[in-house]
Parts: sequence; structure tokens; C-alpha cells
Amino acid sequence: MAIVSISSPHAHDNSSVQRLMLHVCLALTPCSILGFYLFGLPSVIMFIITISSALFFESLCLKLMNRSQQRLLDGSALLTGWLLALSIPPWAPWWISVGGSFVAIVIGKQLYGGIGQNVFNPAMLARIALLISFPVQMTTWALPVDTFFEFNFLESLNIIASNTNIPDGYTGATALGHLKTELTTGADATAVLGSDFNASNALLGLSSGSFGETSALLILLGGIWLLIQRIISWHIPVSMLATAAILATLFHWYDPSQYAGALFHTLSGGMMLGAFFIATDLVTSPSSKSGQLVFGCGCGALDFIIRTWGGFPEGIGFAVLFMNALTPLIDIYFRPRIYGRKIDGTPKVYQR
Amino acid sequence: MSESFENRTEKTIQYKSLFSEGLWNNNVALGQMLALCPLLAVTTSATNGFGMGAATLVVMILANLVASVFRGFTTPEVRIPVFIVLIASIVTLVDMWLNAWMHELYKVLGLFIPLIVTNCAILGRVESFASKNSPVPSMIDGLAMGLGFIWVLVVVGAFREILGSGTLFAHASLLFGENMHWLEITVIPEYQGILLLVLPPGGFLVLGFLLALKRVIDTVWDNKTNSAQQNTQALDTNPSVEANA
Repeated sequence: MAIVSISSPHAHDNSSVQRLMLHVCLALTPCSILGFYLFGLPSVIMFIITISSALFFESLCLKLMNRSQQRLLDGSALLTGWLLALSIPPWAPWWISVGGSFVAIVIGKQLYGGIGQNVFNPAMLARIALLISFPVQMTTWALPVDTFFEFNFLESLNIIASNTNIPDGYTGATALGHLKTELTTGADATAVLGSDFNASNALLGLSSGSFGETSALLILLGGIWLLIQRIISWHIPVSMLATAAILATLFHWYDPSQYAGALFHTLSGGMMLGAFFIATDLVTSPSSKSGQLVFGCGCGALDFIIRTWGGFPEGIGFAVLFMNALTPLIDIYFRPRIYGRKIDGTPKVYQR
Repeated sequence: MSESFENRTEKTIQYKSLFSEGLWNNNVALGQMLALCPLLAVTTSATNGFGMGAATLVVMILANLVASVFRGFTTPEVRIPVFIVLIASIVTLVDMWLNAWMHELYKVLGLFIPLIVTNCAILGRVESFASKNSPVPSMIDGLAMGLGFIWVLVVVGAFREILGSGTLFAHASLLFGENMHWLEITVIPEYQGILLLVLPPGGFLVLGFLLALKRVIDTVWDNKTNSAQQNTQALDTNPSVEANA
């Protein structure tokens, strides 16, 4: 009888980059569909432009780098484009989408050497580059429209052509932006939030904001799907949300007129999207569990600090990018203990 | 000083190679990767880039001249302090001269003029070229290196200015005088601008793309000359100042 020797691994769960990316895309589907429902036809056009331009730049880079176009199918460019679309205003002009895709794919990912080599989360890098470059367009938030076909196709194209074409009365401030403006005029935070902030609206997402960040509930649904599929672990989202919530509670307890509470901070802005989909990026977050806890705490604390005392109403992108830069350092100091050795790497001695 | 005919032809070839080294092959910013701090800091517009480049050019020529004149007296042990003192004196002169005659430009470039003292490109040229060569080639080397630095500064500045604020050579009249207003071009009217390119990250991005472009051109050029050499079987070795460095 012939014995065939096969090297390990012998058991394989068929995981691949493609499968992983498509699962994340699946998890992002509910909040994207809500985005289409809330912001109507212009947001669909924005979404298509962002993703197709991301795929185009990926294909272009692969061609220039003499790599196989097959890599386009691994889904990473699709996911980057998708995340970027979720984190920019729903009626962003077409050149915001295309420019953002260029920064994300070409500068943020391929110039570092392609998939798995990037230091920073490409989608967040693009969002921050856009926010700094085009502050007006990136803070023009569409209000939810009454029906999907509020604007016909030509009107939608017109809106996507330039942000100056958005009709009056269709834009508003985000909850975070509104609070920031009111606080600078000396208003009382409890009064502002008491009259304007509605937790059930924030959960369901019936408010203005970036295309995919409005509904905390649907993002949580996607996040739980990722946890069940074991694509992400609980460490980063939980530590991030908990840190932000604890800090918010402490400061709210200290002075309610200046600082909003934990519910407001965790449910509004990009906190949920960041905690489940952005900060958990496998490439740019630490690999050990303890390191992930530190990473999550850092993201949560930085986001709270930037929101509360910074110049921008929302700081999730800055917080994640900053912690991305610290990830190699965290990976050095928070290594898991090697079996049979102490935490500092010296062998354990058997005591008789 | 009488030179034989052979020596003179060798000198002219060397001067030519000094310029090709300074302007392209061994360019201060793109080849040696020196003087990146002022390059990134002042190139928010082409005019600023040119002003900074011109100041550096003057300092480079004079520093090379003085260091070359003093090269017989400076012992290896004290050469760095001596060079720094010489460069610092020249920079102080340029600084005061700019403050007196081009005050508007001086206000823009401000802190970066005194910092030319610590510009490693200047010390680098003094150390690697002027301290080993006679005054005239040293000045030529300073001129070539300075011109190489200017064009990089102007190109980076122009790129950032066009994409960042939609103009080209804005406020050029401050630098060149009132009759140079025609240089100030508005490339894209009613332009809101990509703010990122005017901010420091833009400097890094544009410099990075320019470096990549130089490498692409070098590769294409090398391939071309290699194939041409194979065709003609010419054996022409390039005289290089690299041996001095």
C-alpha cells in the first residue's frame, strides 16, 4: 500500500482574504440599505461612484506594479471603497468620492506595498485627507428625504455634480456638530440635548450624518455578525466603547452643562462604525489580545478628547489613525506569553 | 598658472559634469536627499520656493569659496567647527541683506533663513568638495548644486501652489520688483483649493511623487543609453565627482 505523506495543515476552514472581505461587506449591507432609504437616489450615485473609482484605482495600481488583475477579486478594494462611502457625506460631490478613492487606494494602500502592508486604515486616511482639504463639502450634511425618489435621476446627478447644487432646506447639522456649535455660543449642554437629541432616533438612524454612520442599531447588527463569524474579536469594540462611555459619564457627572453623557457619545457620530468596522481592521490593529485592549482604549479616549476639546466635532478618524501609528509599538510591548516561558521571555524553571 | 592643453580640456569636461551632477544626477534634494527641512517647510508657493532657493544658492557659492580658500589652514580635527563658523557668518550677511532689501519676502521665509546655517546640503558640499578643490571649481560646484536645489524648490512649490490655491508665482512682485506682476498667474479661477497640499503633508506627498518621477526617468534613460551603447559598442566612462564625495 502506498503511503502518501502530506504536510500540515490538515484541517482547513477555507478562510481566505476574499471570504473575509465579503463577510465584512455583508455586515455593512444593512446600514448601507438604510443610507439609501434615508438619503435617496443621490446617495446611490455617490456610493456607486466611490466603489467603482476605488476598484479602478486598484486595477490601475496592479497594472503599474505588474501584478495580476486577479487580485482585484480579493474584495479588499471593494471593502475600502465601501467603508469610504459610508464615512463621507451622503450627497458628497463626485470629485470628493474619486479623490477619496485615490488617496485611499493609491496613497493609503498600494504605495505602502499593497494589501496587508499599509500602516494606516486606507478609508480613514482618505476621509481625513478629504476633511482637511475640503472642509465645506465634507461638512455639508444632507437631511433624510421623505421618499427615495424625492429627486429624479437628473436632479440627483446635478446634486452629485457640485455641493452648491443642493436645494435649500435639505441640509442640516449632525448631532455632534450641533452640540459643538451650541456650546461655543455658551449654551447649556443638557438643554441642547434635552430638546434636540433623541436616543431612539440615533439608534434607528433617522438623522443627518455620514452616509453609513447614522444608525447605531444596524451597525451593531453587522458587528455582532462579524463577532459570530469570528472575523473580529470583542476586545477592540468593547474597550473602545467602554472607554468613551466611562470618560463621558465621568465628565457628565462632573458638569452636565458642559459635557454630554455616555449615551450621546456612543450612539452619535462615527463611534459605532469606528468601533466595529474601522478600528478592527486586521492589518492596522495590534495582533495580541492585550494589545487590542490598549488600542481600543486609546481610540475611545482620543475620540472623546477630540470631540470635547478639539476643533472638529467628530474625531474618530484622527483617533484611529493616531492609534494605527502606535500599533507597531503596542505590538512590541504587548506580546502574548510564549508557552513554557515567563512574560519577559526567560524560560520557566521547574522547581523540584 | 599655466595649464597644458590636455589639462584644460579635462577641466571643461569636469565643469560640465559638475552641472549634470548638481542639476540632476546628484541633485541636493532628489539625489542626496539633503535639505529636506526647508524644502518641505517653505514650498507652499513657487515664489517662496524660489526665494529660499536663491538665498541657499548665494550661501552655497560663498561658503564653498571661503572654505576652499581656507582649506590649507583647517586641520581635519577642527574642520567642522571652522566650516560652521564660516557658513554662519555668510548666512548672517544674507539674512541682514534680505531683511533690509526684501523685507516682505523676509517676513515669509522668516526663521528659515538663519536655519540655512544648519542646512546639511551646504556643509555637505563644503566638506566633500570645497575642502579638497581650488576656489573656482568650488564656486562652480556651489552654483550647480544651488541651481539644482532651486529648480526642485520651484517645481514642488509650483505644484503645491497650483493644486492648493489655484495660483502660480503669487506675490512674485515682492521678490522680483513691481514690473514682474505679469508672472503672477491665476491658473484656476474661483478655485477653492485642496488645503492638504498647502499644509505640511502636501510637501511630503509632492516630494515623494517627484522622487518617484526622477527614478522613472533615470530608469528609462539608463535603458536607452545601455541599448545605444550596445549598438555602437562605445566605451565611454563618465568622469564623476562622486569619487570626491
